Amino acid sequence: MDQIAEILISAVLVIGGIFGLVGSFGLVKLPDQMTRLHAPTKAATLGVGGVLIASICWFGFFSDQGSWHELLITLFLFLTAPITGLMIAKTNMHLTWRPEELPYPGEDMHWATYGDSAERSLMDAVPEIDRAERDHRE
Amino acid sequence: MIPYALAFAFGCFGIGQLFCLYRIVIAPGVGDRVLALDTMAINMIALIALFGILHDTTMYFEIMMLFAMVGFVSTVAYAKFLLRGDVIE
Repeated sequence: MDQIAEILISAVLVIGGIFGLVGSFGLVKLPDQMTRLHAPTKAATLGVGGVLIASICWFGFFSDQGSWHELLITLFLFLTAPITGLMIAKTNMHLTWRPEELPYPGEDMHWATYGDSAERSLMDAVPEIDRAERDHRE
Repeated sequence: MIPYALAFAFGCFGIGQLFCLYRIVIAPGVGDRVLALDTMAINMIALIALFGILHDTTMYFEIMMLFAMVGFVSTVAYAKFLLRGDVIE
């Protein structure tokens, strides 16, 4: 039984470590800022989830102070990672492209983030933020 | 077997932290820096969890929870500031 638990915990730890490494490496490797958003919000979150599951198993099998606190942290991370990704994607859209450069999303409407409430944004008041630099970046 | 797996996971997340640090220092845009900071907070949670396994103590749960909450709130605040020029309107 202990042998099985050891193998299980080791496997989850190694898989979690590899996913964490891939998530952070993608942040450096991937070509542009919207694709770079994918690596940390998906792979790194999965890696942390693996480590926390290994922690639950470890304290359940080999320690008398077993607990489910890690499950709470895992749940919190899995809930907040997409929100973080959405906020940073919106920021990238506003800082990098003008609204008319984006693909048209629907039949008779524009992107929600460029709606009426967004027109008062201070960022939109900045004229032509370094267009030359952005073109160079792409 | 578990100590070797622990060492491997420590190494993976440590190298990940170095990648994030590189991306904070050298980044093409400010959105990438915010993303790298968020990834650093997430990797740090994993490192603290591994540290708890290594020392066989459940003392670090609260620290992990605080890291998760503060990391999320600070990332949203940064993104909101970049987006609107203000955090709470």
